[in-house]
Formats: sequence, C-alpha cells, structure tokens
Amino acid sequence: MEKLLEIQNLNVQFDIFGAHVQAVRGVDLELNIGETLAIVGESGSGKSVTSKAIMGLNPMPPGKVTGGKILYNGQDLAHASDKQMQKIRGKEISMIFQDPMTALNPTMKIGKQIMEGLIKHQNLNKHDARARAIELLSLVGIPNPDKRVEEYPHQFSGGMRQRVVIAIALACNPKILIADEPTTALDVTIQAQILDLMRDIQKKTGTAIILITHDLGVVANLANRVAVMYGGKIVETGTLDEIFYHSKHPYTWGLLSSMPRLHAKTDKLLAIPGTPPDLSDPPKGCPFAPRCPYAMKVCQDHMPDYTKVTDTQKTACWLLDSRAPKVEPPKTVVVGGN
Amino acid sequence: MAEKEKKEKLLEIKHLKKYFKVAHKDVLKAVDDISFDIYKGETFGLVGESGCGKSTTGRTIIRLYEPTSGDVVFAGEAIGGKLSHRAKRDLTSKMQMIFQDPYASLNPRMMVKDIIAEGLNIHHLAKSPKERLQRVFDLLETVGLNREHANRYPHEFSGGQRQRIGIARALAVDPEFIIADEPISALDVSIQAQVVNLLQKLQEEQGLTYLFIAHDLSMVKHISDRVGVMYLGNMVELASSDEVYDHPLHPYTQALLSAIPVADPKVERTRERVILQGEVPSPINPPSGCRFRTRCPFAMDICAKVRPKWHEVEKGHWVACHLHDEGVSKDAASQPAEANNKIAAKK
Repeated sequence: MEKLLEIQNLNVQFDIFGAHVQAVRGVDLELNIGETLAIVGESGSGKSVTSKAIMGLNPMPPGKVTGGKILYNGQDLAHASDKQMQKIRGKEISMIFQDPMTALNPTMKIGKQIMEGLIKHQNLNKHDARARAIELLSLVGIPNPDKRVEEYPHQFSGGMRQRVVIAIALACNPKILIADEPTTALDVTIQAQILDLMRDIQKKTGTAIILITHDLGVVANLANRVAVMYGGKIVETGTLDEIFYHSKHPYTWGLLSSMPRLHAKTDKLLAIPGTPPDLSDPPKGCPFAPRCPYAMKVCQDHMPDYTKVTDTQKTACWLLDSRAPKVEPPKTVVVGGN
Repeated sequence: MAEKEKKEKLLEIKHLKKYFKVAHKDVLKAVDDISFDIYKGETFGLVGESGCGKSTTGRTIIRLYEPTSGDVVFAGEAIGGKLSHRAKRDLTSKMQMIFQDPYASLNPRMMVKDIIAEGLNIHHLAKSPKERLQRVFDLLETVGLNREHANRYPHEFSGGQRQRIGIARALAVDPEFIIADEPISALDVSIQAQVVNLLQKLQEEQGLTYLFIAHDLSMVKHISDRVGVMYLGNMVELASSDEVYDHPLHPYTQALLSAIPVADPKVERTRERVILQGEVPSPINPPSGCRFRTRCPFAMDICAKVRPKWHEVEKGHWVACHLHDEGVSKDAASQPAEANNKIAAKK
C-alpha cells in the first residue's frame, strides 16, 4: 500500500478564555491511496480538529499547531503558508461538510459554485467549466443537471444539497476527500442514498476518503480502516474487522456496547460512566482512565505506548502490557464476531 | 404478551388531526388522522423521518398545539377538545415532556433548583420552602446528579447532565405519562446509553408510561414495547417492537429498516437494501391516496385513488397499505417478492 498522507505527532492547541485547550495531542496517522479511513470519537475528541488541520482550516488564532507534521507529496501542510494551501485546497484535498444548508452560498447559483474551483485550479474557461459542472451534477445523481445548474441552493432539498456539496468537492479530481459527518444532518433514507453515492464515486475516481463520524453504523458501511480517538489522542487503529471484532481497547468496547443492536436483543445498554476529559487540563496518564472499568494505578500517571497487535492494528492501553492482568472484553462486543 | 392484554389504556388517540395554516390559503397537514392507544406502564415508540409529524403528535397530545380535530382521552378523561386555562394546567401535573435540545430547553438565567421546582410551585406541591428544597435534592439524586448541583446554572453542565436536569424537572410533579421528544439525539453515543438506562430505571421504579419520539430506530427498538411508524402525517404501521423489526409489513417500514447502517461490518457487507428513490414530498400538497406511493416500489393503481384503511392485520399489528387489504392478502405475500426481484434487476 502506498502512503498518500502522513500525520506525525500532530499537536493542536486553542488559546481561549485564558486556557490552553489541547484539542489534538500527538496524533500519528497515515492514509493510503484509494482507501476509506474512518476517524471515530465523541464530540471534543479532536477528530474534526485533526481533519481541519490537514486542510489548514482551523482558525489561527486562537488555534495553533504546536508540534508535528502533516506530510503530503513531500510538503508539510501543518506549516504551509496560506498561499501554498490555496493551491492544495479544493485541488488535491477537498472537504464535505456536515451541514449542507450552510456549506453552500445562498446567493450564488449552484453552477457558479461548482465552476469556481474549476476556473481557479484547472484554468478552464467559463464554457468548459459549465460543461464540467453539468457532468459533475449528473455524476452525483441530480436529475436534469443542465437545468438545475442555474438554480440556487434554496431550490434544493437537504439530500440534494449534500449531493451538490459532493460535486463541488469532486470538481478538480482531488486525491483526498475529507468527509466531516457527511450524513449526520440527513434522514436515514437519504443517508443511505448518500452513502451509496460516496461508495460509487470512490469506485469511479479512486479518491481516498477520510470519514469523520460518531456513527459506527456509517463506519461499518463505508470504511476500510478505523482510527478511534479519545481525549485528543488516537487510542486504537486497525482494519474495520479488527476494530469491530478484535478490539483491544476498553473505550472501543464501550463505544460498541453502548449502542443497541438492531439485529439482536439487548436488555441493558452498557453505558460508559462519566464524561470526557477537560482538555484545557488534560490528564497526565491515559485520558480514558477515569471512565475505564479496568483502570490500574499506572493508567492514572502514564500514557501507554502503542502496542502492535497485528501488522495493521495498534492499541494504546496498559492492559496489553505483559505485566497487566488478562482481561476479556464484555460479551456484548464479542457477539458480533464469528 | 398475555400480561399486556390485561393492561388498561392510559391514552387513546382517535382520528387526531393537526393542520397549520401557512402562506396564502395553503394548509400544512402535519398530522392527518391518526389513531392509536398507549397502555399504562409501557413505552410507545414513535418513529419517522423529519417532517413526518411525530413531534407534532407529541406536542398536540400535551396541548402545546391545539388539535384541529379528533379526540384524545387520557385516563378516561377527554382532553382533546377545548380546554380552559385551568384544565390545561391540571393536565401538566399528570403529563410532562422532555425536550430534544438540552441547551435550549433550560432557562439560562435560572438556577437548577428553580428550574426543577417550577412545577412544584405552579401546582402547589410543596408546603414550605424547606420541603421544596428537599424535594429538589431528592429529584437530583434520582437522576444521578447530586445536591451540590442545585445552586448552579445550566451553562455549568454538560449536555448529558442537562438532559438529566430536564428529566428531573419532568419528574417533579409526579407525572404518570412522559413524552420524550428526541431526548437523546443531541447527545454523544456513550452519554445516550446513560440517559436511556436512566429512563428505563425510572420507569421500573415509578411505573411511568412513555411516549418516546425518535428517528434512531435501533434505540427505539431497544427502549420500546410497541412502535408506531409515521410517514408524512399518517401512521403507516404499528406493532410490538419485535414484530415491527422482524416482520415489517409496510413497504416504508421495510425501507426504513434496511436503510439504517448497522454497526457490524459482516452484516453490512451481506445485507440487501431497499434504497428509496427521491425524497419526502411536501406535506402542503401531499400525494393523493396513499402518501407513500410516489416512493413505493410496489405502488399499484389503487394507491393513487384510495387512501389505504388503517386496520389490524394480526392481533396487535396495524397497518395502512393496500398490499395488506382484506381480500388481496394472498397476492400480498407474493407481490413484495416480485417487486424485490424488480429492484434487484434494476441494480
């Protein structure tokens, strides 16, 4: 597998209200060509900040990258200038946002919004850009594209607007598509349509996708590889099956068992007690320790290193240390396997 | 099941309608003639996509909206007609609501103890300030907060904690019936489970009856005894929660269930889906006959002409669909298979 993007020890901090919120604390991540990598976690886990750092979209100030690199084509995106980023945004890496109602400019025709990037990055003239815009609209499944290209966002429904946002993101054939909660604002039947569309487009264009979501159902549907984030750190990465069936981290277990299963009877949900850590004063040890039912003394004071479980799976947990007691994941997690 | 049959009806909803007047002469039929019962002590789940009228149904029952027509009978008392201000107030001592957004539903300028005690004041349930405060402390502990929280303001709490405050406020007047309108959709996954477990614990302890409104079908299946599925202002199917999920009869229910991504990669890889084309039509000018026919893979001629009758197909399993009309029941069994093949062929 060929690496397309590599994040090394990324740290992002926000200085607000006199506090230093360490939203991302030493994230290592890589993205291979043509794959879909899902980053899952709760609000405040740092998943959106990580993805925005790739695009250089975190507001600076109050945000700043306090360490680490984001390598793309030999270039460090974490410390690139605005001008350099403008050449990358929309052309090499583009983004789909959560809310299709606010991601589009309400005063501009759909066609013009798609053409913008084409004219800027690909030096197309207006006529060719318009033809390409119509082509893109039909690629994302919008009927009568030659008519609808002249319409405004308010004339589209939520699902259709998300298709337009996807068309804009795909306009310049980007190598990487970052989708930040692309279906959270949509109804389930529309969500199914959009997930189908994203899979279809990846097959046609070979774009690598970084999928940011909290919905494990969407992850199971779309992803090849998963990174689980908690408290600004990646606590576990692995292939889709490794994370869902052979996870080694208690937080991943908690996530999997706190959701009711549609196909199985659940008597009581295994809730994770407590709330996520305050990242303006992050815990010294493992961020999950205060909520972890298996926490040991060492967890409070020392962040565990990554243990290589397989070639593709890495887990940061003291339970994997040779001196730790053997712990079995709760039954609710194992059920899915086999 | 036998135990359920003995249970008495707490709430009967008969032909409830709620129309909103919008611009010009247009009328938005948010809820258009729905009927169902809720039994004492059960959790009734109401699901559907946005704009299907599930929230309007809840809000009309508790009289945040005036019903356009229809009857609502609560504990033997008709509450669907015109009510005096006083009668409405009395109603809220038996019926309470938990709202979706824990940020918007708590007054930011009131202390937690005053938020929770507001109902106690209105219904004169506390004889002295001391008793009032004691009751607030008890309620905070019931919902898993502690008494130190009483003197704080809402902004000092996380989303999950705020939802607990909302639940404590609803419990303050000792209601029999609680309408929970998307109580967990604004919360994180791990916190959702905490709140759902709390709701279930309270139900066991206090014998509450819930109307649980949500769009998350897996959570509704988990918490509900019976489930009603709504589409564009109509109820299309109602049955026990296992029945709805294992043997859905209405094509919309089938599509809705197959659209949910399941958090299990092996299931996801092998599952066959019915993906609905198009989107929900406008409730201002809904399709004639069956409202689902424009997106239904099995639509027939009759669907455009006649609104399907809401009837009980099997004991406790209601559906409104021409595929399940009396008389065509034999064809109905074969028809979905045929149409399924059609969908497969299209792919």
